[in-house]
Amino acid sequence: MTAAELIAFAAFEGGVFSQAFPAFGVERRGAPVQAFVRFSDEKIRLRSQVYEPDYIIVQDPTLIGDVDVFMGMEAGGIAIINTEKPDFDAMVPKGVKVYAIDATTIALEELGVPITNTTLMGAFAAATGEIQLEPLEHALRSRFSGSMADKNVRAAERAYNLVGGAA
Amino acid sequence: MALRIGCVAPPGRALDNKTGAWRVFKPVFDPETCSKCGMCTTVCPEGCVRETEEGTFEPDLDYCKGCGICEEVCPKKSIRMEKEEK
Amino acid sequence: MLEFMEGSHAVAEIVKRCRPQVIAAYPITPQTHIVEDLAQMVANCEIDAEYITVESEFSALSACLGASAAGSRVYSATTSQGLALMFEVCFNAAGMRQPIVMTIANRSLGAPLSIWNDQQDSISLRDSGWLQFYAQDNQETADLHMIAYKVCEDHDVLLPAFVCFDGFILSHTYEPVSLPTQEEVDAYLPAFNPYQRLDAAAPLSFGMYATPEYYTEFRYEIDQALYRAKDAFVRAGREFGEQFGRDYSALVEGYRLEDADTALVAMGSICGTAKDAVDEMRAAGRKVGLLNIRMFRPFPAQEIADALKGVSTVAVLDKNISLGSGGAVGTEVKAALYGSGISVYDYIIALGGRDVRKRDIAAVVDLAEKGEGDMFYGLRTEVL
Repeated sequence: MTAAELIAFAAFEGGVFSQAFPAFGVERRGAPVQAFVRFSDEKIRLRSQVYEPDYIIVQDPTLIGDVDVFMGMEAGGIAIINTEKPDFDAMVPKGVKVYAIDATTIALEELGVPITNTTLMGAFAAATGEIQLEPLEHALRSRFSGSMADKNVRAAERAYNLVGGAA
Repeated sequence: MALRIGCVAPPGRALDNKTGAWRVFKPVFDPETCSKCGMCTTVCPEGCVRETEEGTFEPDLDYCKGCGICEEVCPKKSIRMEKEEK
Repeated sequence: MLEFMEGSHAVAEIVKRCRPQVIAAYPITPQTHIVEDLAQMVANCEIDAEYITVESEFSALSACLGASAAGSRVYSATTSQGLALMFEVCFNAAGMRQPIVMTIANRSLGAPLSIWNDQQDSISLRDSGWLQFYAQDNQETADLHMIAYKVCEDHDVLLPAFVCFDGFILSHTYEPVSLPTQEEVDAYLPAFNPYQRLDAAAPLSFGMYATPEYYTEFRYEIDQALYRAKDAFVRAGREFGEQFGRDYSALVEGYRLEDADTALVAMGSICGTAKDAVDEMRAAGRKVGLLNIRMFRPFPAQEIADALKGVSTVAVLDKNISLGSGGAVGTEVKAALYGSGISVYDYIIALGGRDVRKRDIAAVVDLAEKGEGDMFYGLRTEVL
């Protein structure tokens, strides 16, 4: 949920309307959860969950195989997947572009904890072009303070540059 | 009487309702035999038995309903219920 | 200025700016974030309020009732089972005419246990004498709190209010909200001016005993005060519009109802999805509109009848079920339109957190236009 909130916040900082919400229920760190984000040039009224995503982010690679993470995706969609092994075994729908990034390692190196929200946010920004680096950094600095902000900005930028090079 | 918003009233309105009129028997207290134990005032459901300056007790007949509980509990049998002439 | 925040946080921020003097609440999902934020604000001295920690919702609202009678502006928040536990105090608060404002983060009622959203909780208190406002989005949620205090504290009204927003769907959603500054809120909402209050120097008892000679008349007066709340809401809503540019001067809000043949009627966040669905149906050439009921108590029967004049079919989306009778909103809309010749169909929908998509709204319109209704929508018959 934190990743969804930060992405929506960064998009809002970048000048569009946005909305972020969890697949409602009991949230515990580490337990499988879904969260959703919408961007729009107009005020967002729709409240249903997202069934046909343009983009997906998979934070936990162990979910692939258990869950159809690509459900509802159509050609032209972009998937950002946190994994050490880029050759993961999954049914990628035709026309969906996949960016595999080892966000856990980046997070461990930059933050010291395996929390990949901000790293994947940087990867998302680079892969989709929906968020620019400046509002992204602003969002992170509003959410975190001091050295935590610096570390998270560094993690996001590293992923941004890594994916940006590949895109 | 106009209703007050919220069914609000100053306290003490129960004093207007003189329940003494409900009585058939009235208690008669005998201060000569009273041991001043105070049981009668403790048990009175109307709270209308008062202590006198001498330390004995007397009922407030404006509110006493004549229930007779004070007579029942008095260890010295110094309260007697008497039919009231109306 | 728009800021990006969680719905619950927007509620806490606006409540802070309404300057409550006493807050008493018991945390319960999905209301928790509101009271956590407020407790933090009190601890940080950002609000000059007494935060009373209690052991139950019954005590929370009882504390609010006493504090309100003592002349304080008070606030509470709850949902679902918590509201159910407040049942008795709710009736007393309305009968004692205390202008308490309480947020309801709407949630279903057990059993079966469910933490997810529908509107069964507040709907079940519809006979309690509390005003009930329903918000479509988090901007409306914030705005309606300011309006609620103004309406409730109006000496023509003097009644408590629920400000209802859908649990999780709004309470846990992050979206842009524009919050007025403290100065702006102060200009709109003056300090609480109690009509009468507990005072040791001139004691009063509240909610006394009423004999059969008086009870009916007391109930009549509460009922009359609810009807006066309609005018008070229109006044407070218009004033809000003049100051903040967002108009709340109507108890119901019509969306694309001009020339509509079929009208949806709904309350709360489902209206947002319904508006998008209406736009799609309109684009496909169908004459469909929406009526959003912003204030469910007092029930705006006349306003609904006026707004729906000219439509031939009405589909009511009920996120509650008055078991053994049908949806509460549908029943009342039917009564409001009695004799009009309009066909009114009721759909029980979105109970216990079931998601509603645009295509569900369109399917309801299809059913209504075929004359099929007064039913549970989307029932999974395969599990029955």
